[in-house]
Amino acid sequence: MENTVITTAPAAPLNVVLDVLPAYGFTTAAYVVAAVLFILSLGGLSGQESAKRAVWYGIVGMALAVLATLFGPASANWWLTVIMLAIGGAGGWVLATRVQMTEMPQLIAAMHSLVGLAAVFIGLNAQLELGRVIRVRAEGVADGFAGFAAMLAQKTPAEIAMLKIEVALGIFIGAVTFTGSVVAYGKLAGRIDGKPKKLPGGHMLNLTAALLSLLLTVFYAAGWGPAVLWLLILAVIAGFIGWHLIMGIGGADMPVVVSMLNSYSGWAAAMIGFTLSNDLLIVTGALVGSSGAILSYIMCKAMNRSFISVILGGFGGEAGPAMEIEGEQIAIDADGVAAALNEADSVIIVPGYGMAVAQAQQSVSELTRKLRAAGKEVRFAIHPVAGRLPGHMNVLLAEARVPYDIVLEMDEINDDFPSTDVAIVIGSNDIVNPAAQEDPNSPIAGMPVLEVWKAKQVFVSKRGQGTGYSGIENPLFYKENTRMFYGDAKKSIDALLPMID
Amino acid sequence: MRIGALKESFDGEARVAVTPSSAGHLQKLGHEVHVESGAGARSGFSDAAYERAGVTVHPTAAALLAAVDVVAKVRPPTEDELAAMREGQTLISFFYPGQNSELLEQARGRGVNAIAMDMVPRISRAQKMDALSSMANIAGYRAVIEAANNFGRFFTGQVTAAGKVPPAKVLVVGAGVAGLAAIGAATSLGAQVYAFDVRPEVAEQIESMGAEFVFLDFTDQVQDGATTGGYAAPSSPEFLAKQLEKFRELAPEMDIVITTALIPGRPAPKLWTEDMVRAMKPGSVIIDLAAERGGNCDLTVPDEKIVTENGVTVIGYTDFPSRMGAQASELYGNNVRHMMADLTPAKDGALVHDMDDDVIRGATVTREHDITWPPPPPKVQAIAVQKPKEKPKELTPEERKAAELAAFRQQTRNQVTLLVAGGAVMALAGLFAPASFLQHFIVFVLAVFIGFQVIWNVAHSLHTPLMAITNAISSIVILGALLQIGSGSAWVVILAALSVLMTGVNIFGGFLVTRRMLAMFQKS
Repeated sequence: MENTVITTAPAAPLNVVLDVLPAYGFTTAAYVVAAVLFILSLGGLSGQESAKRAVWYGIVGMALAVLATLFGPASANWWLTVIMLAIGGAGGWVLATRVQMTEMPQLIAAMHSLVGLAAVFIGLNAQLELGRVIRVRAEGVADGFAGFAAMLAQKTPAEIAMLKIEVALGIFIGAVTFTGSVVAYGKLAGRIDGKPKKLPGGHMLNLTAALLSLLLTVFYAAGWGPAVLWLLILAVIAGFIGWHLIMGIGGADMPVVVSMLNSYSGWAAAMIGFTLSNDLLIVTGALVGSSGAILSYIMCKAMNRSFISVILGGFGGEAGPAMEIEGEQIAIDADGVAAALNEADSVIIVPGYGMAVAQAQQSVSELTRKLRAAGKEVRFAIHPVAGRLPGHMNVLLAEARVPYDIVLEMDEINDDFPSTDVAIVIGSNDIVNPAAQEDPNSPIAGMPVLEVWKAKQVFVSKRGQGTGYSGIENPLFYKENTRMFYGDAKKSIDALLPMID
Repeated sequence: MRIGALKESFDGEARVAVTPSSAGHLQKLGHEVHVESGAGARSGFSDAAYERAGVTVHPTAAALLAAVDVVAKVRPPTEDELAAMREGQTLISFFYPGQNSELLEQARGRGVNAIAMDMVPRISRAQKMDALSSMANIAGYRAVIEAANNFGRFFTGQVTAAGKVPPAKVLVVGAGVAGLAAIGAATSLGAQVYAFDVRPEVAEQIESMGAEFVFLDFTDQVQDGATTGGYAAPSSPEFLAKQLEKFRELAPEMDIVITTALIPGRPAPKLWTEDMVRAMKPGSVIIDLAAERGGNCDLTVPDEKIVTENGVTVIGYTDFPSRMGAQASELYGNNVRHMMADLTPAKDGALVHDMDDDVIRGATVTREHDITWPPPPPKVQAIAVQKPKEKPKELTPEERKAAELAAFRQQTRNQVTLLVAGGAVMALAGLFAPASFLQHFIVFVLAVFIGFQVIWNVAHSLHTPLMAITNAISSIVILGALLQIGSGSAWVVILAALSVLMTGVNIFGGFLVTRRMLAMFQKS
């Protein structure tokens, strides 16, 4: 590998001081402040009001970290840095301002992929630099390195071995995150079919790939053969694992997948932090990683499934025949729903992915406003896995200006259904499926669900008579107090609006 | 069809089967409405009010009977009234065919089609014509009012300048329609209400009305209301004994006792014995809503109010609905017009006596010189079969303590195992890994702990903003790219520059979109 050294050595202090970090005491100090700000930023998300301040903590922390690095150890190639940041920033700004709230899951997945890819690049760079440092050192020149290379130059052999393991791990996690996120993006954006798909061989294929990765890591760390090539192959194999893993997971499990990828992007950052001996990266990566892990845990809990079973895809084996459902689905028109709503005192609305697909949140908000103006109690019940992203429904409702204090979590509202006059289910299915409680053989048995059927009347807004993503029959639709309000959610709700007085 | 309401001949009966408002609804069904002069007088409906509603008023019963096809009444007809009816006429009234077999025979003989309002089956569709329920509701309410009237104290507890008043304690025995209405009325007056029923499934209803369910610890026999159409069935002697024992225990505390226990087709069970009455405080009141069928209390005298030697008032009135004539007539009138609505499905004033209809079949007791009572069981079950509810077993204090101890031990064991395992792994790592790595590793582990603590507190509704902001923050890998961009080969610079570009997108995009989302969350 030919090294065209772009940096000449204008940064005089770097050449002199081998011990890089202590020279930049202010950088380290800034990192400490940034780490504290990041922690405060995440902690501030405990409430809607404090969150508005918390995001500023994050912004300031990030600015501080970047500036301290720019004015500290990374003082070369500024023009390139600034240009790249400007382009990237402009791109990010455009994305963030244009994105529709319903497209939030795709956006987040896409952003994860960028972090993953960046982690792979940085890992590769670390090896490239390491190679150069080792080669130059072999020639007997111990100094003359700038920036990152200067830091590598002081490593002992044991530290270098450790570094190599870290690099391999960083690249592996980064590549899994990258391809996994790309697939998740494709599925969420509807560019890839949402149905689970697996190559023949299934999990054995994944296992083989994982073992191969381990082997490559060993080769690489031991220094056998071409190091960069091993890393590139490792990245490709890890990429395959990410792709294959996420291809095998269906649409409704996406909340888990997205939060898992969120977690991975954090771990990747932490690994890079180890590689670079940078505590701020380690802290931040660990924060993000644990955040994603907790989100995944909450999502799994809300589906009563183990993390492993979600990641390995598909529902568990059938335990027996599903309970027979008696009765029929009875349809109702807008007049009937409007009459019931006009008579009701308390209404609970249960939104799901269908509301997002139909972009019905504005209509739902308008309905809420009218009902509340008529003095009725209107509340929203949000299941943790409603939608395709943790908290997706909350964001959509907030966008439509539904006040957040009437949007409640499952645990807060489940006991109130028996005293509710009307429950309206808009585009959700499994999360209101009574089979989870009544039928021990149901694939979703034991999953906590919103007990809408306990309300005096239930209206289900649904496109047609299908079973939805999971293919599980929903006995709710056949209950005596349930009426099916067929049609596109937005059109249905819009038809209701003029009839509410 | 012409439908007419007779004036009730029973002494003291204030109700009437058609009111001016129900007449309006009947006319909409295509019927002509008639009424005997003075029929509504005691419920507060004057002849003039009827005439204003378009009702024809007839001076005598005979004139009315001659003019109409359907006769509506409240009480079962007397022999004379039945004798005055003509063949083919339809009669709608309470009938009690089980007790009035002679009357039934007479109706058959005259060829009158009798529809008994008390025989309407208890299915959801027929609730609107369930006159027994609507009358029981009034009786329950009135029972509380009578009790309050005869009770020399407040129902509600008060703290006044002149002293503290405890709330009255009310026991309602039998939580049927009347019992639940009594619970509702008594709780809204501020009393502390206890209620008992042999059907455990009504506990929820009792509690929802604001009363406390008197729980009887008896596991052998659990009644299922579904098999008896929602009514209570006779209890076993053991159960009865247990029940009486519980009542005996409660009697000295109770200020008001309202008994509503009835078993269809049997005399009322004796639940409040003489010794319980004797154990009660002077001034206490017992209202026996089952007085007509012998009473739940030993001392009840039907239609009378008595005061016992120890100053307990026992009221055995049987005319509670009639004491609220206007309200009772309004509701009964509505029951009758809903029955008529089912009998005239086309709303064209033509009577269709559809004997295949569960409700009409069940209520019809004589038709075309035929006794059609008792009816076959309805096709629709009155109440869905109750699944036996699993009650969480109450643990004794010792058991609970043991369970807690076991849980604590289990937790300790888990934590210690984890700590030991984690420590061993760390020790191994410490043996091989360089010291600089371990220094960073400490930071890493502590950061993970902080992350877990912090993230658990994040509101569920903010999970999407959380993901967006962690996304932006995880772009901190930009620091790596920044460190590398100024060092090394062209490849390194290119890759680092690309990394800066990508993380730049993330930083700006992530924070901006988070801000956009958070700005949307608004309080009402």
